[in-house]
Amino acid sequence: MQHSPALETNTGVDNRKLLMWLFLASECLFFGSLIGAYLLYRDKNVTGPYPKDLFDIPFTSVSAFILLMSSVTMVLALAAVQRGDQRGLRIWLLTTAFMGILFVSGQAFEFTEFHRQGLSLSTNMFGTTFFVLTGFHGAHVTVGILILLSLFVMAWRGRLTQAESLHVELAGLYWHFVDIVWIVIFTLVYLIQP
Amino acid sequence: MARAAEQKPSPILDAMRQIREDAASYRGIWSWITTVDHKRIGIMYGVTALGFFLLGGIEALLIRLQLSTPNARVLDPDQYNRIFTMHGTTMIFLVVMPLSAAFFNLITPLMIGARDVAFPRLNAFSYWVFLAGGIFMNASFFTGGNILHGELGAPDAGWFGYAPLTLNRFSPGEGVDFWALGLQILGIASMASGFNFIVTILNMRAPGMTLFRMPLFVWMTLVTSFLIVFAMPVITVALFELLFDRLFDANFFNVAKGGTPLLWQHMFWLFGHPEVYILILPAMGIVSEVLPTFARKPLFGYPFVVFSGIAIAFMSWGVWAHHMFTTGLGAIANSAFGVSTILIAIPTGVKIFNWLATLWGGSISLKTPLYFAIGFIAMFTIGGLTGVTHSIVPSDYQQQDTYYVVAHFHQVLFGGAIFGLFAGIYYWYPKFTGRMLYEGLGQVQFWLMFIGFNLTFQPMMILGLLGMPRRIYSYPQGQGWDAWNLVATVGAFLIATSVLIFIINVIATARRKERAEADPWDGRTLEWSLPSPVPAYNFAKIPTVHALDDFWHQKYAEDESGRPVPVAAGGSGEEEPEVDVHGIHMPSPSFFPLITALGLPIIATGLIYDPAIVAVGAAVLVVGIYGWALEPASE
Amino acid sequence: MTLAEFRGIRPATGEGAGHAAAPVHRQGAHPGPAEYVKIGLTLAVITAVEVAVYYIDALSDVLVPILMVLSALKFSLVVMWFMHLKFDNRMFSTFFVGGLMLVAALFVVVLATLRGALV
Repeated sequence: MQHSPALETNTGVDNRKLLMWLFLASECLFFGSLIGAYLLYRDKNVTGPYPKDLFDIPFTSVSAFILLMSSVTMVLALAAVQRGDQRGLRIWLLTTAFMGILFVSGQAFEFTEFHRQGLSLSTNMFGTTFFVLTGFHGAHVTVGILILLSLFVMAWRGRLTQAESLHVELAGLYWHFVDIVWIVIFTLVYLIQP
Repeated sequence: MARAAEQKPSPILDAMRQIREDAASYRGIWSWITTVDHKRIGIMYGVTALGFFLLGGIEALLIRLQLSTPNARVLDPDQYNRIFTMHGTTMIFLVVMPLSAAFFNLITPLMIGARDVAFPRLNAFSYWVFLAGGIFMNASFFTGGNILHGELGAPDAGWFGYAPLTLNRFSPGEGVDFWALGLQILGIASMASGFNFIVTILNMRAPGMTLFRMPLFVWMTLVTSFLIVFAMPVITVALFELLFDRLFDANFFNVAKGGTPLLWQHMFWLFGHPEVYILILPAMGIVSEVLPTFARKPLFGYPFVVFSGIAIAFMSWGVWAHHMFTTGLGAIANSAFGVSTILIAIPTGVKIFNWLATLWGGSISLKTPLYFAIGFIAMFTIGGLTGVTHSIVPSDYQQQDTYYVVAHFHQVLFGGAIFGLFAGIYYWYPKFTGRMLYEGLGQVQFWLMFIGFNLTFQPMMILGLLGMPRRIYSYPQGQGWDAWNLVATVGAFLIATSVLIFIINVIATARRKERAEADPWDGRTLEWSLPSPVPAYNFAKIPTVHALDDFWHQKYAEDESGRPVPVAAGGSGEEEPEVDVHGIHMPSPSFFPLITALGLPIIATGLIYDPAIVAVGAAVLVVGIYGWALEPASE
Repeated sequence: MTLAEFRGIRPATGEGAGHAAAPVHRQGAHPGPAEYVKIGLTLAVITAVEVAVYYIDALSDVLVPILMVLSALKFSLVVMWFMHLKFDNRMFSTFFVGGLMLVAALFVVVLATLRGALV
């Protein structure tokens, strides 16, 4: 029986899990800085359009809700692989990826809509900080979707068994992180307007 | 096994497998290109960094030639701006940081009794990305027109890239784009390295090596790595903000639309101040290893030196705006940061006193590593004190943007970091090459470098107080600056001579017949228990550690008066005959770190010139990442 | 290969295994799928409340504090349960919370210096 690599480390945690948590801690600095710039410039717009002109709160609430629920399906995928339920793993992985795709599509729609209404990177401070902050977030979600789909393919080919559940756990940590960043952004950017 | 049966035969994959098998035998160029061995990666970091040191040094000599006399015409203003920008950027990001990384790589696994780092391929990736970033950034020299006519394309807005100077309006052309994108690439290398060493140190210590039995250099590696992983994301965001302004017309620093250049300064220095501690802590770690060995005494106050290092790292986050005293932040902000800056001198002072106490009463062996280490203490103390003068806000109003600042940071970065790093080079050279650098030449290098350094930079303190501004390509006669500038230039050429002596030493050493022993300095830490050079697997048998300086205690017991007495069976370099090293599996070499790394400069080039190239770079990156993920860590 | 082989430690002998720490789990039982779904429903409800509060004009003066508390709650639920931080090695909490506190503190200062009147 293969012993757990984590047992051979000084701390008892697997190297890769420790790496992922360090990475997520550093990402706090990354997104925190982008949010800081957004907050700094929130009321510095010289011209419109302004958030209140463009935001469609019901629409964004739905997409925020979808991303939030995708964290549930993600953790269900992890629970499935940990108890050896390969079918459950595949279903929940695919569902999570699909919900991520819905979210990113919603973002893309929102971006195009705002652009159509006159907001670009160069229009004002809102355009600059909004597109860069939510754009980087969306890029992170997209990378997450690619990771989930790759894991799905691995699972499909029988390479993601209970013994490899760490891969799903690590993908889950990344995915949940991307979700909590959106929790912060949804509140600070959309719900709390200048 | 199932996997091999599923794969169709592929000539490319077979060729790659053959190269990897050859590489595992450590011969040939492919063995370097695919290496994941921390010792080889460390050597590559060191050699590359020293190469950039020569480049940055030539840039320095050009600066000094231009400033040797008033109204000189060696460089025109445009060339001068590019040369001093690249000098600073090169020395910080392409010399001191990678030289520190070289030592992290070479020494840390050995000091903790490990066979390699936690993520060997990620380690190789860090090196290749560093190399790619350094080449990418310096390629900018060639983009300004005909380089042979002196038309340079390199960035020209200073190593600190202040907005709005760096925006398109004031810096058209690609120089600043190369700078910003180059730094992004280098940032990735640093972060990967930082993560790797934190996991390695926390997770892969030999049995019995608690955190407080780790050598001090390992502690400094750990602390520096934490600083890297938390500080670099901030500059990453700042550089993205700048790039978005330049490439896509965003408004982060556009005053007309509501932006402020002060955001750049805050972001840059939020990173920049921890960065200077990233630059100095590894060298302090080296000094903390060299002094005990050459005084034949343990490091005095080891726990205090550890806690001071940790304190410096924490406090480094609280001082950044001392770079911004003259920007009008207000009395409250200025006072707060002035106080925090004064306070950070305290843990630094604690280290200095502990170092002095280490030497006091020791049995001193005056060899080149010790010269550099003592030189570090003296020069860093002076540099640190000038830093304290900066912390007094009204005093800083006079010093800001003058040569006094230039003197301060060279005092700590050259007199400090570089001296410390040379101490490390002389100290550990035999461990990795199997030969001792010539002691006589080493001492000549030291004295030339020490005298040259002081001749170059002490006059700058005077020049600064006489009002000579920074970043000017020439100065008029009659300011009282001429003589000191000339002295400084002479000093710079003395430094250059000392570097030449070093190169001669390296070449001559390569031809030495005598091999170094495993433990030529009678060291205290585990690396000296291994043969020189170190075998691929490091330790035939992973040691069990019982104390701090465990290797010293294997060699010596203490008599009644506390003096070391050799123990009969202690020693190094002998492998226990029963240990079968053939059973030790080391991680396999891999192409994918290099392939993945190549994607980054290609993407960067595309962002400057052509989006289609971005797609190519992204494809290379993705191929690299998937190849890496799907390749087993060893076969 | 396993980490054990990599480090040349055979796990069954005393050479390495005895000195390595066992994985540290803090709280008692791990959540199962049922608990996760419950937390998911809680998150959904909190989000609904947030959106509702946004639209209720009477609450507009306390909108910001209410929203901050509610999102902090969602944030904590996801981090502590879905990311398992409540049950895992305390190191992870130190690094993650440390990163959060650091960036928050830094930007409070940056925003204070750039927006407030600091004399």
